[in-house]
Amino acid sequence: MKISRFLCVPAAWLGLLALSVWAAGPGGTMSVQVKNTALRASPAFIGKAIATLSYGDQVAVIESQGPWIKVGASGGLTGWAHTSALTPKRIVLQSGRETARTKASGDELALAGKGFNSDVEGEFRKQHRNIDFTWIDRMEKTRVSPGEMQSFLKAGGITPGKGGAQ
Amino acid sequence: MSVKGFFNFSLPLAAGCHVAGRLWGTAFVFLFAFAAADAQILDALSNIGAEIGKQTGVLTPEQAESVKKAGGAVAKTFESITPEQEYYIGRTVGAVIINKYRACGNEEADHYLNVLGQALAQFSDRPETFGGYHFLFMDSDEINAFSAPGGLIFISRGMLQCCQNEDALAAVLAHEIGHVQRQHGLQAIKNSRLNAAFSILAAESAKQFGGQDLKDLTTAFEGSINDITATMMNSGYARSCEREADKAAVVIMQRAGYDPNGLIAMLLEMKKRLKPGGFDFAKTHPPPSSRIADITRAIGAYRPVSAPASRQTRFARVMEQIRP
Repeated sequence: MKISRFLCVPAAWLGLLALSVWAAGPGGTMSVQVKNTALRASPAFIGKAIATLSYGDQVAVIESQGPWIKVGASGGLTGWAHTSALTPKRIVLQSGRETARTKASGDELALAGKGFNSDVEGEFRKQHRNIDFTWIDRMEKTRVSPGEMQSFLKAGGITPGKGGAQ
Repeated sequence: MSVKGFFNFSLPLAAGCHVAGRLWGTAFVFLFAFAAADAQILDALSNIGAEIGKQTGVLTPEQAESVKKAGGAVAKTFESITPEQEYYIGRTVGAVIINKYRACGNEEADHYLNVLGQALAQFSDRPETFGGYHFLFMDSDEINAFSAPGGLIFISRGMLQCCQNEDALAAVLAHEIGHVQRQHGLQAIKNSRLNAAFSILAAESAKQFGGQDLKDLTTAFEGSINDITATMMNSGYARSCEREADKAAVVIMQRAGYDPNGLIAMLLEMKKRLKPGGFDFAKTHPPPSSRIADITRAIGAYRPVSAPASRQTRFARVMEQIRP
């Protein structure tokens, strides 16, 4: 049982990526499912960031190229976002009764702030005061700019190959 | 300190039953949720439960509709965990790890690790997670590395000693990124925990978040953290997961421009250093020789890594900073 679950995951993950693009399709909409992601001028991480998209932002799908999706964002901006930052589900930032008024089904919605959230972490921390989160908070503050990554690879004589999430 | 020492939790089934007792219209759904495994049956039960609740006045029509919509979630597995929830699980798993092993705390070395790791993550199939990828050296001579769900990755000093060049360290990080990409940590969560959590969420969608719901959800959360940390630190992932992570590491390294032979170089060194019966990779991972055999099938016979002086110099500096 456990083994079969493990075997299913690579296919499920790849399928999900493909399905997410297919489900949204040109003309469809997707939501940003990470805290922040860059809207880039070209379909690559080295592409210039022209704006920052935030959790729950909805974007219109224009076209896809490999793992990158060209989207239209608010303010008439268009650019490229990586598939792993987007979901075909509509992310509802409001909680509680708001969900009862939407016509979308549970499978079409992702409710922001629901389930395992900061409140749950807070309750957990109250019950386990011996577990210190200082280093976790410090880790998350680490920021590396795309420019620094590029310089690092170049200085080390590393030339990225083709393909993948570049 | 054992992982079990952190927690003293009750069964999440009890948490699910508590919710059911307070909202009997949905209880019909949830009690069957624990016994049944078929998603379609559960969806149907969700609808029936919501209808009963509506007809008996326990739920308003709006609330019943909401329960119907959320009911499908009861049948979900780890794949239904949103990136946001994965992030909170990962933060706590990471906290448990770093409270056990402690951080080295060398700012320059940690920054190097983050530049290398975040650059590698860009070449994975999952470059973006809710909170992003972050890396830290652990102050431990054990040969160990951990990846918490969502991308918090920890490398021990003992593991660094198994690396003779940056390509080998890149291989270790890429392997851990592979675990994050494939969500192996989340797969360690028992379905009973998820059933309990999603049951609470299904009921929660029909009303405001209550104090008892938070407690019940925290119980399921606590159990989930325990499932993941126990798997990572004690039993190890399934062999198939380690193979997947190695496979992902080779792909990431090739895309990034690192030599995948770095992975074999690291495993050869690890083979020399691992002590049988140890509480590190010797306990939680397949033997290095078996992993090497799998990797050479993918990339061909082992060839020693040749790195330019600039790469080796910066790596040597980090080795010096993290030396015991």
